[in-house]
Amino acid sequence: MRRTLIIAVPYLWLLALFLVPFGIVLKISLSDIALAIPPYTPTLDPAAGWAGLRDFLGRLDFENFAFLASDDLYWKAYLSSLQIAVISTLLTLLVGYPIAYAMAQAQDEWRPTLIMLVILPFWTSFLIRVYSWMGILSTEGYLNQLLLWTGLISEPLAILNTNVAVYIGIVYTYLPFMILPIYAVLEKLDGALLEAAEDLGCSRLQAFWLITIPLSRSGIIAGCFLVFIPAIGEFVIPSLLGGSGTLMIGKVLWEEFFSNRDWPVASAVAVVLLLILIIPIILFQRNEQKQREAEG
Amino acid sequence: MRRLSWFNATSLTLGFAFLYLPMVILIVYSFNDSKLVTVWAGFSTRWYGELFRNESFLDAAWVTLQVAVLSSTIATVLGTMAAWVLVRMGRFLGRTLFSGMIYAPLVMPEVITGLSLLLLFIGIGLDRGVLTIVLAHTTFSMCYVSVVVSSRLVSFDRSLEEAALDLGCTGWQAFRLVTLPIIAPAVISGWLLAFTLSLDDLVIASFTAGPSATTLPIKIFSAVRLGVSPEINALSTIMIAIVTVGVISASLISKRAVAQQRAEERAAERPA
Repeated sequence: MRRTLIIAVPYLWLLALFLVPFGIVLKISLSDIALAIPPYTPTLDPAAGWAGLRDFLGRLDFENFAFLASDDLYWKAYLSSLQIAVISTLLTLLVGYPIAYAMAQAQDEWRPTLIMLVILPFWTSFLIRVYSWMGILSTEGYLNQLLLWTGLISEPLAILNTNVAVYIGIVYTYLPFMILPIYAVLEKLDGALLEAAEDLGCSRLQAFWLITIPLSRSGIIAGCFLVFIPAIGEFVIPSLLGGSGTLMIGKVLWEEFFSNRDWPVASAVAVVLLLILIIPIILFQRNEQKQREAEG
Repeated sequence: MRRLSWFNATSLTLGFAFLYLPMVILIVYSFNDSKLVTVWAGFSTRWYGELFRNESFLDAAWVTLQVAVLSSTIATVLGTMAAWVLVRMGRFLGRTLFSGMIYAPLVMPEVITGLSLLLLFIGIGLDRGVLTIVLAHTTFSMCYVSVVVSSRLVSFDRSLEEAALDLGCTGWQAFRLVTLPIIAPAVISGWLLAFTLSLDDLVIASFTAGPSATTLPIKIFSAVRLGVSPEINALSTIMIAIVTVGVISASLISKRAVAQQRAEERAAERPA
C-alpha cells in the first residue's frame, strides 16, 4: 500500500505535468489556426461522444509540418541553430580543455578551490551572466574602449547583435559543463603512461596527442553533448546578444507563439526541434553508459 | 609535488579571467554615477537607492522568492520520492516510462517545456499566476533533485537500515532516523539546486506567468532587451553577492561537517 503511494505520487505528477502537456503540443501541432479562444481548431467536444472523437481525429492533419517544410525561414532557422551550436561547442572545447588540463595538473590542495571557482558561476543567474556581456561588446562598450585606447583599431567593432556575440555568450555560459567532465577524466589519468611514452622517445606534444587526448575521449564527448544539446534550443543568448540576422529556433518558436500567436505552428516547431534533439540525446546516453561500464 | 608549468599557469589565469572579468566589470559599473553605463563618472550608490524605491522590482522580487521557496520545497519532497522509486523499488509496471520522464526534462529545451505547460494550463482553464509558475518549476526541478539524491542513494549502505529494522524500527522510522540523516547533504543540495533554478528561470516563467505575477528574471529581461541599464547592474550585483556568500558558506559548512564526521569515526575506532 505504502509502496504504491510512493510510486504513484511522483508518477502521477510527471504524467500530468510532463507527458500530458507534451501530448497537447503534439495534438495542437496537428490542428489549424483559428480566430477563436483557444486560437486553434478542432477542439474535442466530449458531449458528442464517439462520433465527436472520430470527427475530431479526422480533422487533424500534417498541414503545419508541410508548412514548416515549404517555408525556408524554418529550414534556415533549424540549420543555423545547428551550425551555431556546433561552432560554439567546438569553441567551448578549445577554451575548456586547457583549463581542465591545467586543473588536473595542479597541486592536490588547490584542486577543491579550482573546482569551486569553476562551479560558482553556474550558481549565478544565467540571465545576468549573459547580460554582463552586453556592456562589454556594445559599440561604445568596454572592449571597444580598450581596443581604441590601445590603438589596435581606429573604428569601434560591431560585435554585439552578431553571431560572434552569440558564440561568446554560449562559450561563456556553458564553459563549466565542458570543463568538469573533461577534468573528471584527466584527473584519473595515470601519469606513468606519459612517462613511459617519453621514455620510449615521444616528445611531450606527441605523448599528449597519442595518450592524453585519446584517454580523455569520453570526457570530451560528454562535455560536447552537455554544451551542444542545450545550445540548439537556446533562447536568452540569441535574443540578448544576437542581432536580427541571428536565426535560432528557440527564438523563432518564442516569436511564433508570443508575437504571431500562431499556436499550431509554434507547436509544430517544438515537435520538430525535439525530433532533431533525439539523436544527440541518444548518442550522449550511449557514451555515458559506455563510461559507466568501463568504470564498473 | 608538481609545479604548474608556464603553459598551465597561463591557461588557468586566462580561463578564470574570462569566467570572472565580465561579472567584476558589472559590479564595478553598478557603482557608477553616470546614467551612461559605459562612461565612468565617479563612485555613487544612487542606482541602489533607485532600485529600492522602484516598487515593481520589489514586487517581482517577492513573487520570485515565493515561487522559489514553494517550488523547491515541493520539488525536494517529490524528487526524493522519485529517487527512492528509481533506486529502491525494483521493477514495477511502467518503470521505463517513469525513468524516461525523470531524465527527459533535463535535456528538454526550456521553450518546449514552457510552451507545453502553458497549453496544459489553458486547456484545463487554470488562471496563470504564482500557482502555475510553482507547478511548472516544481516539475522540472524535481527531476534535478531526484538525480542528485539518487546518486547518493546508490552508494548508501543498506545494512544500516536493516539493522534499524532488526532493532524494531518501523519502515518509516528507519527512513526518518537512519536513511534521511545520511542522505541529508544530497537532499539539501537538491533543494538548493531547485531553489537557484527557480530564481534563475526566465523562459518557463515567461510562458506560465500571467499578467498578475511577474518574476524578477522576466522583469530584468524586459528591461535589458533595449540595452544596458544601471539599475539592472545594481540588482545583478546584489544577486551575485547573495549567491557568492551562499555558495561559499554552504561549502564551508559541508567541509566542517565532513571533518567532524571523520573525527567521530576516528574516535570510534580507538579502542576503549
